[in-house]
Amino acid sequence: MGLASYLRSKLIPAELDEQVNRIRKPIGTLGYDPWGYNNEAVKYGFSVARQIYEKYFRVSASGVDNVPAEGPVLIIANHSGQLPIDGLLIGYALASREKNPRIPRAMIERFFPTVPWLGNLLNEIGAVLGDPVNCAKMLANNEAVIVFPEGVRGSGKLYRDRYQLKRFGNGFMHLAMKYKAPIVPVGVVGCEETIPAIANIKPLANALGVPYVPVALPVVLPAKVHLNFGEPMYFDDTEIPEEQVTERVEAVKAEISRLIDKGLSERKRLF
Amino acid sequence: MSKHQRPRILITGAAGALAQQVIRRLRESCDLVAVDFREQVYLGDDIPSYCIDFNKRVFEDLFRRYEFDGVIHLGRILSSQLTRMRRYNANVLGTQKLLDLSHKYGIRRVIVLSTYHVYGAVAYNPALIDESAPLKSAGLSADLVDSVELENLANIYLWRYPELNITILRPCNIVGPGVRNTMSTLLSSERAPVLAGFSPMMQFIHIDDMADAIVAAWAKPVKGVFNVAPQDWVAYQHALKLCGCKTIPIPSIPPSVPKAIARVLNLRSFPPYLMAFFKYPVVIDGRAFAREFGFEPKRPLKEIFRYYRDNKKPV
Repeated sequence: MGLASYLRSKLIPAELDEQVNRIRKPIGTLGYDPWGYNNEAVKYGFSVARQIYEKYFRVSASGVDNVPAEGPVLIIANHSGQLPIDGLLIGYALASREKNPRIPRAMIERFFPTVPWLGNLLNEIGAVLGDPVNCAKMLANNEAVIVFPEGVRGSGKLYRDRYQLKRFGNGFMHLAMKYKAPIVPVGVVGCEETIPAIANIKPLANALGVPYVPVALPVVLPAKVHLNFGEPMYFDDTEIPEEQVTERVEAVKAEISRLIDKGLSERKRLF
Repeated sequence: MSKHQRPRILITGAAGALAQQVIRRLRESCDLVAVDFREQVYLGDDIPSYCIDFNKRVFEDLFRRYEFDGVIHLGRILSSQLTRMRRYNANVLGTQKLLDLSHKYGIRRVIVLSTYHVYGAVAYNPALIDESAPLKSAGLSADLVDSVELENLANIYLWRYPELNITILRPCNIVGPGVRNTMSTLLSSERAPVLAGFSPMMQFIHIDDMADAIVAAWAKPVKGVFNVAPQDWVAYQHALKLCGCKTIPIPSIPPSVPKAIARVLNLRSFPPYLMAFFKYPVVIDGRAFAREFGFEPKRPLKEIFRYYRDNKKPV
């Protein structure tokens, strides 16, 4: 047995292999989809994510069954913690659920594809450049798509602004309406404490071409994470003015805010 | 088509592997005339073959003599060939001449071969790009300007002279036996350069499938612009691995470094202006063409890569 296959057998137990293979994905003959998702890479990602999810952040997730078993769905959550750990944890929660697991796709920042190794790695485990065309084509493919409508406004916020929702973009609502995709709101509690930042060095961020450079400890703290999945919200696809779309977005935002408060009240301690 | 018993077609780029596959498929049912500006190729006694520059006046004599029904324009000079200026003359001005003559002599069907390179490789590209997406490559490299200009020109003629029934095909990487483009050269080499940390998604179509696609387009005169690509995808470095190529990583950041290295190496198979295509994906959506022309590629990726693995010496 070669080293590669030995590692594979250690990292990917048979039942995990089975579990990932069971989740149907529109992939080509070599295991890829057009966005770079790769079935084999997902198995490794799954195995690593399990350790991070269960051992490091000791995630407690409730209501994950609110995500429909099939069909297009948008999973909308608050974004926090400098790194897209929240996306990974939500993704794992859905991929590892007992009944009808799904491998969701996360919409990621536009700068990730320009980062060597990381960009490809994220693509292989299902993350996709956050472009409305991508999101639309994925919903048309009946995918579950994770969107953080706050974008970098959310992930880059400082510790003193924790759990304050930033402005939500309206793009996700237009797509949900067009593709008749239910919206499952998620309140993430705990990720704010993983990389608490006290400041953002904007000039350096500009020079490096990245969205932000936080002043923070060079470690990811093992905060306990609570994920609260809300009931699916349905919106019809009638032609309405942007003002009313914003109202609908605000309704989703209010629901996420409620789920965050629920998570905060459930939380006994930070770690 | 009342003039002759069988449709008479002018095929350009006759010296290329793709044109020869198309000729093989059409010679039974059509009268063909082959031209190439590079060399005169012998295609059998039944197919007149010429070596002509489209910009020369004698080119018009062919139209007078043969009274063509259709034109299949495959004679595009690849971005890796000749100088920018000569390529512009041949691809853009030559195509304009060809389309003008097609209009003048009442041709009823024109198929123009373009390339997916026109979309340009940008970090912000969504996947499954459809035909209405903007063509960004002209802004990225002056070496791809002629590809975009050729398309623009064909598009203008498409709308100005609807009776020409112009169909523009934008295929993904055409590969397989006899293909001499950049990608085919890379896949058939022993060692291939890659940008460290980047392995963009790519699409490949077998030359025989592409020839089938062109024949399908000839059979149904629906005008418009169409991507041609199978519904299958693979990461570049994975494709190289399946072709049995060793990869040579080239430092990829900052972006000026790989460009400078490519310029110094001066490899025909790894030109600086295509650098972005080895970094960012350009995944096109070929479903519209498949639907409209009832086209389905028959050669899977595994078969394509097996060919390159078994034939390591460049063809």
